[in-house]
Amino acid sequence: MDLTLSPAEEAFRDELRGWLEANHPGREPAGDDAAFEFRRVWQRKLHDAGWAGLSWPEEYGGRGATLVEQAIFNEEMVRARTPSVANVLGLAMGGPTVIAHGTEEQRKRFLPAILSAEEIWCQGFSEPGAGSDLASLKTRAVRDGDEWVVTGQKVWTTFAHHAKWCMMVARTDPEAAKHKGLTYFLMDMEQDAVQVRPLRQITGESEFNELFIEEARVPKENIVGREGEGWAVAITTLMHERATLAFGLQVSVQIALRELIETAGNARGLNGAVASEDPVIRQRLAQLLIESEVLRLNAYRGLSAIMRGGVPGPEGSLGKWHWSEVNQSLTELAMEIAGPRAMLSASDGNWSYRFLRARANSIEGGTTEILKNIVAERVLGLPRMR
Amino acid sequence: MNFGFTDDQQAIKRTAREFLKERYPAATVRRLAEEERGFTEEQWQEVAELGWPGVIVPEDSDGLGLGTVELVVIAEEMGYALAPTPWFSTTAATLMLVAAGTEAQRERWLGALARGEARGTLAVWDEHAGWAPDHSELEPDADGKLTATKIAVPDAGSADFLIISGADGRHWLIEASDSGVRISPEEAIDPTRKLFRVELSRAAAEPLQGAGEAIARAYATVVTMLAAENVGVGQRAMEMAVTYAKDRAQFDRPIGSYQAVSHRCAQMLLEVEGSRSLCYWAAWALDHEPDTGPRAGSMAKAYAGDAGFRVTASALQVHGGIGFTYEHDLHFFLKRAHANAHAFGDSRWHRDRVADLAGL
Repeated sequence: MDLTLSPAEEAFRDELRGWLEANHPGREPAGDDAAFEFRRVWQRKLHDAGWAGLSWPEEYGGRGATLVEQAIFNEEMVRARTPSVANVLGLAMGGPTVIAHGTEEQRKRFLPAILSAEEIWCQGFSEPGAGSDLASLKTRAVRDGDEWVVTGQKVWTTFAHHAKWCMMVARTDPEAAKHKGLTYFLMDMEQDAVQVRPLRQITGESEFNELFIEEARVPKENIVGREGEGWAVAITTLMHERATLAFGLQVSVQIALRELIETAGNARGLNGAVASEDPVIRQRLAQLLIESEVLRLNAYRGLSAIMRGGVPGPEGSLGKWHWSEVNQSLTELAMEIAGPRAMLSASDGNWSYRFLRARANSIEGGTTEILKNIVAERVLGLPRMR
Repeated sequence: MNFGFTDDQQAIKRTAREFLKERYPAATVRRLAEEERGFTEEQWQEVAELGWPGVIVPEDSDGLGLGTVELVVIAEEMGYALAPTPWFSTTAATLMLVAAGTEAQRERWLGALARGEARGTLAVWDEHAGWAPDHSELEPDADGKLTATKIAVPDAGSADFLIISGADGRHWLIEASDSGVRISPEEAIDPTRKLFRVELSRAAAEPLQGAGEAIARAYATVVTMLAAENVGVGQRAMEMAVTYAKDRAQFDRPIGSYQAVSHRCAQMLLEVEGSRSLCYWAAWALDHEPDTGPRAGSMAKAYAGDAGFRVTASALQVHGGIGFTYEHDLHFFLKRAHANAHAFGDSRWHRDRVADLAGL
């Protein structure tokens, strides 16, 4: 065991820390479009300084950073409380999928614009009838010369209204077995055949969308992997979603918890006393400190396991599930600390919004129930339920 | 940055797993659980030959001069095997002497402890103690002798000396052979760790001398060891539950194919792995990051204390009726996890410390 950084890693951290001090963009503005533009500018700034696509190979505009450097990067982002970047899905999922399964032409075509936030990516996997049982999806793609013609409906498509490219899985062989007849496409969102309809969430905002696809055209060079092998490619995307995003997620929990502790120090609890001095609140804040430490340590353990053996250990399957529980209990506690203000939408620190938004955490990116199935079957070796 | 064991630590882990599996099969644990002392001198000598009593004793006192990570590696395997040895209690006393013993005390005891020729234990709970393990009202008599009662002292019946905690963080060493010391067995919920009542009547006591910080670090190490035991206990209980869920069929299917059962098992993994991450981190921090060590130790103890009990209780539920029988081994694990959760500060007390140390 050695949890200290090497001199090279320390140098990397110090360089980043210095850069962040000088270049922090400040607080995100309100309003969906303004916020998105702000994130785009921020990502470009990161990219120009060589901090975007940290883990990607240098030949594709990345930095070829080690896993430890990526971890340091994520931790420093927390320390500095930086805002999100614009092309989250392109950076975390689309790019790594193209690097893993794409052709050389695809890498050259798509990767630079992901890094620079010039082309935003979204993900078209889920459908109204295919959620947890993703492989039952029905969107069809039919070959027409050098193109594929796609028809169907996708749902929960984050950032679709900003996106240029959609990573989309469609059924190309309806005769084949469920998992076998799927193909992974990169679909241009800028065509009339693709209609984006925002889905209003319980928070009132529209972060997700529905896609109505009516004979959209996708050139055959935009297939990632081979025809009929879309499931394996999609799994790569999902693994990256759970692994890469998970590392960032534990970081976001730590930021939120630090803010909540501050909030509790200023809030009035029972009989006018300071909320953070209430023994029950203290217990629950301490438990959250412990659980967020578990999230961080599991992420590091997973990292070490990958460095040793190339695959994440059992703790790797737990991150997203555990994070959603921690983030939900954190925001629930925030509502208790808010007292009567828990009834109001506008609260200090945006806690009311975060409380509602957290309800999606145990659904998005794999429901907790599906993740438990994965742990039970693949890690513990219990018999499949089906 | 490497969150994993070194080759040497891996070797200690393998040796511990194999040795304990070979020497402490379930039937042996069960037999020792029925006895008052809980181990034989031959069994202790075998443990001593492995060098385990001297893990943290400096090499010039015949110890191995290793650190907390190595202690935690062994403690986890001790929990996994549920071996009823006095290794934990004597290591706790050794930690106190290393941290705060006088020159004479260290000279007299450390070598003998490392060689397995002597054993100590740590007595913290006053007879009417509250929840705080660091609170004692014990004051020495005017001439320095001690008159007091301590409860739930592990392995006191087979120890050569006791480290006694008192008011204002003071500690004393008392020899078990002193005429003012009376030790009687208590009936413990966990029969694999023997607890005793220690009554002192004007017993001769030598004060320890170390600084409060060194003593606090020794306690943090003790609780991290208990947390590590609970990792092993939880791991074993989870394995038992998973095996049972694969084998046991009801309604013509293995019960592990039902999500009500399989998700319960997944939850066990979440809690065992979380405990493990915290324990390993705490052990490392206690050796290398003095500022983080005590907070990390309390985090590990609070989390693994809760998790150990929940995982073993959940494993019992998976087993159904058979898990409730004395004949099945599972209850020993549940009892150890439960006792560990309450030893040296329960989860609530340690969470409160975490809050303190976080500036809350």
